[in-house]
Amino acid sequence: MKFSEAWLREWVDPGLGREDLLHQLTMAGLEVDGVDPVAGAFSGVVVAEVASVVPHPDADKLRVCEVDDGETVHQVVCGAPNVKAGMRTAFARVGAVLPENFKIKKAKLRGVESHGMLCSASELGLGDDHDGIMSLQVGSLGDQVSDVLDTNDVIVDLDLTPNRGDCLSMKGIAREVGVLNNATVTFPPITQIEAEIDSTFPVRISHAEGCPRYLGRVIRGVDLSRSTPLWMQERLRRCGLRSIDPIVDVTNYVLIELGQPMHAFDLDQLSGEIDVRLATAGEKLTLLDGQEVVLDEQTLLIADGSGPVAIAGVMGGERSGVQSATKDVFLECAYFAPLAVAGTARRYGLHTDASHRYERGVDFELQFDAMARATELLLELVGGQPGPVVETAKVQALPVASEVTLRHSRLHELLGVEIGADRVDEALQRLGLAVVSRDDASWRVRSPSHRFDIAIEADLVEEVCRVYGYNNIPSQAPHTALSLRDVKLEQSPETHLKQYLAGLGLQEVITYTFVEPGLLDLFDPGAKPLMLANPMSREQSAMRTNMFPGLVDALKQNRARQLSRVALFELGLVFQQGEQDIEQPQKLGGLLWGQRAPESWHARHDATDFFDLKGVVDSLCEWAGHRRVDYEPVASRILHPGQSARLKIDGQSAGLLGRLHPEIEAELELDGVFVFELDAGRVLARPRRQYARVSKFPTVRRDLAVVIPRSVNAADIEASARKAAGVHLVEFRLFDVYEGKGIDSNEKSLAIGLTYQSQTATLTDDEVATSAGAVMATLAERFGARQR
Amino acid sequence: MEQADMDTEIDAKLADIIDRGNATIADATDLQSLDQVRVSFLGKKGELTALLKSLGQLEAEQRPKVGARINHAKAIVQKALEARKAALEQAQLADALAGDAVDITLPGRRQAQGGLHPVTQAMNRIEEIFVGAGYGVEPGREIENDYYNFEALNIPAHHPARAMHDTFYFGDGSLLRTHTSPSQVHTMEAQEPPIRVICPGRVYRRDSDLTHSPMFHQVEGLVVDQGISFADLKGTVIQFLQKFFEKDLDVRFRPSYFPFTEPSAEVDVQCVHCLGGGCRVCSQTGWIEVMGCGLIHPNVLSMSGIDPEAYSGFAFGFGGDRLAMLLYEVDDLRLFFENDVRFLRQFN
Repeated sequence: MKFSEAWLREWVDPGLGREDLLHQLTMAGLEVDGVDPVAGAFSGVVVAEVASVVPHPDADKLRVCEVDDGETVHQVVCGAPNVKAGMRTAFARVGAVLPENFKIKKAKLRGVESHGMLCSASELGLGDDHDGIMSLQVGSLGDQVSDVLDTNDVIVDLDLTPNRGDCLSMKGIAREVGVLNNATVTFPPITQIEAEIDSTFPVRISHAEGCPRYLGRVIRGVDLSRSTPLWMQERLRRCGLRSIDPIVDVTNYVLIELGQPMHAFDLDQLSGEIDVRLATAGEKLTLLDGQEVVLDEQTLLIADGSGPVAIAGVMGGERSGVQSATKDVFLECAYFAPLAVAGTARRYGLHTDASHRYERGVDFELQFDAMARATELLLELVGGQPGPVVETAKVQALPVASEVTLRHSRLHELLGVEIGADRVDEALQRLGLAVVSRDDASWRVRSPSHRFDIAIEADLVEEVCRVYGYNNIPSQAPHTALSLRDVKLEQSPETHLKQYLAGLGLQEVITYTFVEPGLLDLFDPGAKPLMLANPMSREQSAMRTNMFPGLVDALKQNRARQLSRVALFELGLVFQQGEQDIEQPQKLGGLLWGQRAPESWHARHDATDFFDLKGVVDSLCEWAGHRRVDYEPVASRILHPGQSARLKIDGQSAGLLGRLHPEIEAELELDGVFVFELDAGRVLARPRRQYARVSKFPTVRRDLAVVIPRSVNAADIEASARKAAGVHLVEFRLFDVYEGKGIDSNEKSLAIGLTYQSQTATLTDDEVATSAGAVMATLAERFGARQR
Repeated sequence: MEQADMDTEIDAKLADIIDRGNATIADATDLQSLDQVRVSFLGKKGELTALLKSLGQLEAEQRPKVGARINHAKAIVQKALEARKAALEQAQLADALAGDAVDITLPGRRQAQGGLHPVTQAMNRIEEIFVGAGYGVEPGREIENDYYNFEALNIPAHHPARAMHDTFYFGDGSLLRTHTSPSQVHTMEAQEPPIRVICPGRVYRRDSDLTHSPMFHQVEGLVVDQGISFADLKGTVIQFLQKFFEKDLDVRFRPSYFPFTEPSAEVDVQCVHCLGGGCRVCSQTGWIEVMGCGLIHPNVLSMSGIDPEAYSGFAFGFGGDRLAMLLYEVDDLRLFFENDVRFLRQFN
């Protein structure tokens, strides 16, 4: 809501300067979002009359004028098409300074001297009207234009919260300023205008719930060749509205002044009777802005004998609108219920000053005053003869001013401060909350018809608190039972996990959970992701089903920035439609690419490979406390078939890891991308610890070198060896894998360290040799291993 | 030979030995040659040893006197040998150490280091502050239904406040939560008062510019107990902001409107950058709007199964990324989600 400060001050004197007043509004919950001057900075511009106009001898578009500023007559060359003898306008004398420090000097235009300049509104920074020079109907010749137009005024932009619909007018803001300063507000008197003719137009309300009250009035013989006076144009402009024509301007003026939306119909275009009803599905209406809408059944309509003429409380129709030829008008001034209008504007993609107010609640006792005010202004501007005001109403459907009880004890409890009963009395009185009954402990108050937001005790608590001042409430630390928190033994904290991964060299990223559908399909072929119905863009329209699109996208961005090594992780949710509900499990995604280690004087500059990736996952599992960690081959369409695995923790699947499938790498123009995605819940579930006594007897180690077929897995060798070695084997260490010279190309050589220890005795050489022999025999039998 | 002549002769001999001994000891440049010097004077066939052996040829009463002189000379040579030996050993050690020396300015053999995202760091900091006061942490889900995101928070279908939330919807009516407030409702449904929790997490709104991202982070705080007041809310919010920024910043409360709190307030903190003088960060106002808060609306308590006559509570909500921006003086929110490692690394 934009408003003019000067206009406000005509109604109420807060006893505060501008800065203090605006600060007070902000601190009262009417946030000042901006303050703009009403005009540019200018000086030396006065009211003057154009005495005569003759064509310029050498220029078709220029005229030579005699301009009288009350002291002297000046010769001025003017290019404005609307200049004519007898008009009063803004005259910048020689020596005047216009906005942006434009200095007016004596000049020669096509050989004719010009002593000053006639100004358009936009040249003075008074709006953007630059069609011609201003027409000034105020002030006397020689008066400073800055004085007669009060250009010291400012346009204040209030960012109002939805509960304060009562402040969407000058009346409401003035009332609020009065409350805050305990100042008297002088509202302009409302003069009831008697009917001069009998003309009426019939109105029927078919949907009283949506329209409890509808006032109509016919005014005949208006003269729309007249234009809106400058003072009204200026006030509208300073409240953010453009001047359209005198009738629209009057209804807009009443909207701004009192907060009551109104509509004017061209009486000749109406037929039958006005019916306020719900639309039938499929009805059509061409709106004032020219667009045709197809109406739905929830839409409250104003219709006449030939169909819809307006969407109630939102926008009028083109057919019945006031035109320049209009002679007779029918004025509508209704109370539409908030619920009847709420959502309508948004459904049709419309947002109007009327709907904005009706949605939030218009004072249901305002309609007669608004009709009187509009009539008065209309007669003043365009003349005409008013008919009687006809009310059609279902009084029982009108809102009832709510009565609410405020307990003094509750006020104290909720605010944490004792506010004296006298101060509460004063606050209620200032707020216009009539006290219906009062005892020592409570007040029963009735809220005024303009406050739709007061329905329960808490609302009154807020109102009293607002008048008392939020910043006068003390602040204290809450007193509450000092109970202790659960700290889960079998759960690793997320932050520890993140810090561990950072220690392993991975950088945390936070990527968007909505991704480009094509990228998602690449990483989850055939997936049916949840699609946003109203995404910002197609690039952000599909909810990720795994962590890879975001991580790989982050890699691409970083690779483009010439990094030689990228290691990333992200902890976040993925989304999938489950059988019943949407599933949103938490995943840990990771990515490695580029050099294994940062380039240095001591390290080899190898590229990252599968075992770097697996090392991260292994380390993570060990950190997380998992003992039974296995990897098994996996058939994944997005991972390299020979360099990918499924991670199992305690025999249950816990995620995937591997190199991206070469086809995906090729598609993304990437190479050597290693990724993992683990189930965060499984990784973070920390097994409870049980300790085993540490043996005090020495360990004995035996090393074996075995040659086995290349196809045999290290994990199978380990499993068989452990089984064969017996209870005293405490460590199995694979310390070398060799393929190449000296070994058949179908074979590989493994070097295995077996470490033995007993809890109860020092092991003998025989015992160890027997076990190592059994291991060798088992490997030979199961895998065709032979000792090297 | 006269006694006196003999004394003079032996003294001269011993003095000669000592002189030569000192000279050769000084000439020895390593332990091996020093040992040869020792043998030549003190060894079985050494000069001093030989002199001692010759004592037998003297008369009995002369032997002790001469013997003492020889032993004195022997001690002098011995001492010189030991001193030289210590010096040579020292020098040898110094040589060895010098050989082992490395260029200690070469970079160490390090693991690559990663780091936590700055928003995570700010969120951790927030959690730490509240957890220290006994608050629990409830992260919640990101896809919500209309009930939890709106209805249960006193925002019915056609409420104008819905326009304040530019909501992302799915076809079936579910939506991406527009705030962490649904976690309030889940928490109150699941727990009995007293309740003290914060609910951090990602939230979503259809908005993108310097200070808005369609995905961002919020932290919701919730306290429900008997006798919780607006003064408690103010105390908690002020303390939190001062602890988070580690500055005694001024904080002000402005009346505002959220359907799920009543009274509601908007909180401004003194600009952390200029401390109120006015700067680019605070648009010259000296204040920065950082959160919304209020006493929980009785309807919200009732809908969640808590008796608003018996209990009261407060809730507050703020942007984790917004606080991270202020903490680290980052001026474009979108930088947090571009994941440029060169940007992120600066916070490690």
